Amino acid sequence: MLNCIIVDDETAARTIVSHLCNQVDSLQVMDEFPNAMQAIKFLNKNDVDLIFLDIHMPDFTGFDFIDTLKDPPKIVLTTSDKNFAIEAFEYDCIIDYLVKPITLPRFLKAVQKVENAATAPTSITAAATPSGQADTVSEKEMYVNIDRRLIKIEFEKVYLIEAKGDYILIKTEDKNYTVHSTLKKIEEKLPVSLFLKVHRSFIINITKIVDIEDNSVLIARDVIPISRSNRPELMKRLNLL
Amino acid sequence: MEQPNLNYIKELAAGDVTFEQKLIQIVKTELPDEIATYELNISNNAFAKAAENVHKLKHKLGIVGLVEGYDLAISFEEELKLGKNDLKEQFDIVLLSVVHFINDL
Repeated sequence: MLNCIIVDDETAARTIVSHLCNQVDSLQVMDEFPNAMQAIKFLNKNDVDLIFLDIHMPDFTGFDFIDTLKDPPKIVLTTSDKNFAIEAFEYDCIIDYLVKPITLPRFLKAVQKVENAATAPTSITAAATPSGQADTVSEKEMYVNIDRRLIKIEFEKVYLIEAKGDYILIKTEDKNYTVHSTLKKIEEKLPVSLFLKVHRSFIINITKIVDIEDNSVLIARDVIPISRSNRPELMKRLNLL
Repeated sequence: MEQPNLNYIKELAAGDVTFEQKLIQIVKTELPDEIATYELNISNNAFAKAAENVHKLKHKLGIVGLVEGYDLAISFEEELKLGKNDLKEQFDIVLLSVVHFINDL
């Protein structure tokens, strides 16, 4: 059972999400709040597994709200604005993004994602060698644990690593791997000579860069955002003419 | 012209008449206030605030099944953020149709 709350300044929106929650046995709505402050007070005294959160609220946006939480639970954003999707990827706790008006099939898909994230079938043994030397950082490869198999991933074949909630997506020349881990964990295992975190949700292999625009970098066919704070380090690492 | 309808509400309610009536009643209550705030901000040339109002109204247009109206609201909201209101007349016509529809329910 997932205990959830709904935060939205619009009564109609809260009513709809609450109704949708009632269709799902595994969801228990603990409370609803018309603003972030009331929700924060509630969260100070109660444990919650999931928040359905409106981004666009007066005074205190959904992102402001998340930033105040020390250990945010899983969050599904609800919004009438598709433009925040990129920003949403910066938060590991954000599992999905529902555009209003929300339909039942799309809502169920979001709940499924939350449940999948909660019961992760895979886990990472980043850079752990088959012999179990987990602290050894190899310059050539790492092994990830997927469905009880240790899969070798050669660093030079990795394009990028993306945070996706409780998972990371490792994109390589051969295949993509979804692994239960965090960017922080895997970053410690990657050779600094090849990899750089360019954004809260992305680590890239700098040898795979195709081109760079102002605030994005093209890796294979993926356009990856570059955070302002990470841009200087990236520029430093490039062999600029 | 596209007409407001109850398709979304009925699909969501899936035969739950109590919920259907509850949601309609909420829209009836919230919509006039949201429109009044929008009109006030437009008349004061407070376009950034009006953009926020249109953002909120956009959801209501979606609830009463307006697809084109929803897209118009997206364009109008973006326009207002840029300090323009060329789409106001078109948007107001859509709002009026929603008000008539809601009042007749």
